[in-house]
Amino acid sequence: MSAANTWTIPAVREALESKRISARELTAEFYSRIEKRNPELNAFLALSPERAYAQADHIDKLRARNEKLPPLAGVPVAIKDVISTRGIRTTCGSRILENYVPPYDATAVEKLESAGAVILGKTNCDEFAMGSSNENSAYGPVRNPVDTDRVPGGSSGGSAAAVAAGLAVAALGTDTGGSIRQPGAFCGIPAMMPTYGRVSRYGLIAFASSLDRIGPFATTVHDTARVLSVIEGYDANDSTSADVPQSDYSEEMEKPIRGMRIGIPTEYFGEGMDPEVRTKVEAGIELMKRLGCLPVALRMPHTEYAIATYYIVATAEASSNLARFDGVRYGLRVHGDSLREMYKKTRGRGFGPEVKRRIMLGTYALSSGYYDAYYLRAQKVRTLIARDFILAFEKVDAIVTPTSPSTAFRLGERTTDPLSMYLADIYTVTGSLAGTPGISVPCGMTSARLPVGLQIFGSRFAESRVVQLAHAFESAGGFRI
Amino acid sequence: MKISRDDVLYVAELANLELNESEVETFRGQLDAILTYIDKLKQLDVSAVEPMAQVIQSAASPGGALRDDVVRECDVADAILEQAPEAKKPYFRVPKVIER
Repeated sequence: MSAANTWTIPAVREALESKRISARELTAEFYSRIEKRNPELNAFLALSPERAYAQADHIDKLRARNEKLPPLAGVPVAIKDVISTRGIRTTCGSRILENYVPPYDATAVEKLESAGAVILGKTNCDEFAMGSSNENSAYGPVRNPVDTDRVPGGSSGGSAAAVAAGLAVAALGTDTGGSIRQPGAFCGIPAMMPTYGRVSRYGLIAFASSLDRIGPFATTVHDTARVLSVIEGYDANDSTSADVPQSDYSEEMEKPIRGMRIGIPTEYFGEGMDPEVRTKVEAGIELMKRLGCLPVALRMPHTEYAIATYYIVATAEASSNLARFDGVRYGLRVHGDSLREMYKKTRGRGFGPEVKRRIMLGTYALSSGYYDAYYLRAQKVRTLIARDFILAFEKVDAIVTPTSPSTAFRLGERTTDPLSMYLADIYTVTGSLAGTPGISVPCGMTSARLPVGLQIFGSRFAESRVVQLAHAFESAGGFRI
Repeated sequence: MKISRDDVLYVAELANLELNESEVETFRGQLDAILTYIDKLKQLDVSAVEPMAQVIQSAASPGGALRDDVVRECDVADAILEQAPEAKKPYFRVPKVIER
């Protein structure tokens, strides 16, 4: 990807304000890129040119009248296909919603559009956001633009690939156990999971409600924060939305990081990590030290229980949330002689193997006789994992870890053993369970030219610290370390 | 072996999920392996630990207050019914539930 190919939010603004390009021309430029590149990448499942050009024309009218442009004026964005978009097909990567067209916009989408963003279309993902490779989409896998024989990560693989390939300036993904951060790492771009409650989940088609979060992908930390500051904020339509003020991160981000205490948890640097990932992340930490950060060795003793906890909590919630797909109100219906037969056939035909597996696991964990042994116990261990974070943030300002133990793997390499795929989520699911914000930023490449991701966790609602450190790391050349 | 073939069939019934023969066998093995792994949670003593069902625990935490449950006008019935596989306004249609 050449530098000329990369548009940032300030570059879009400058080009529009100086009249070098119109919003309509810019939108057309991105659709032409998508037309060329998407057949190979399969990052987009649906395009929305009508809506995109209407918005672009609106922005161009503001420009013609020399009016003040909203913060994301004319910025071409992509939306993960689990997020509802009025009038644009929203499938969740599933056959069961093949023809579903939402009658309303998710709050995050509405906010993006009100801020002037141009919605190009919907991006591919693992079915109902369940997966770590994007190979669980009913509409075929996404290919990683860095190396098209490899997966882009998941579940927000389409959003990550679209931004990394220059097919969108920014994108929305969702993160339940790592689904924004891990594809960000695999595709070599910044990717942010905000604090639980920071961004409204209204219109996000639920996978695991106590874990699901919407967050941004972009090519710079600044742009990631710019999108976040637009989509965040209290929303009465989401009962778990946090009533905290919206932030403008740009000022905080420029503050020096000298003296910042960064926690390095031993448990995140154990066995099972690709040695080249370790080398790069350790070099990233060295760079932070040179910038004046003070590393603090930490113990987070419940980390090793996070995968087991996550795969009970998330699947239990999923089994309940996905009960709504029964052939009655939307999506696929397969006829049966009775109501129950119809439910069973519709769900049997409409869901793919990973979704069925998780519904089965979650149903089992919630079933009579097993609830206490699995679900209740997992909820208690979740308390211990969250406590590890609370105790850590008494000592440090941020926690620095690898995002994933490996780099992008080859398509088909891990599809036969679901447990091994789950285990690779080890560094991301912890923060998901604890509700803390986290960003993955690029941290150099391995000898095979594959991007490595470095993850920064902050305490709840401390996004400004997270982006401050991430931005300093980026400015000091950390992305290309 | 933690999970038997009968367990798989029972859970599929609870989940309203039709599985074919090969799925039953595949899921039996995979769920067995996953649940065996999950047994590591039993190593911890959690007798004195409160369960965490939500990140936002109490009204005291930022954003912890629930909004009032107020009835509002919501004129979306037609738009919603348009998405139904089978509808007869103002209802969704389903196979006959009660035999006379």
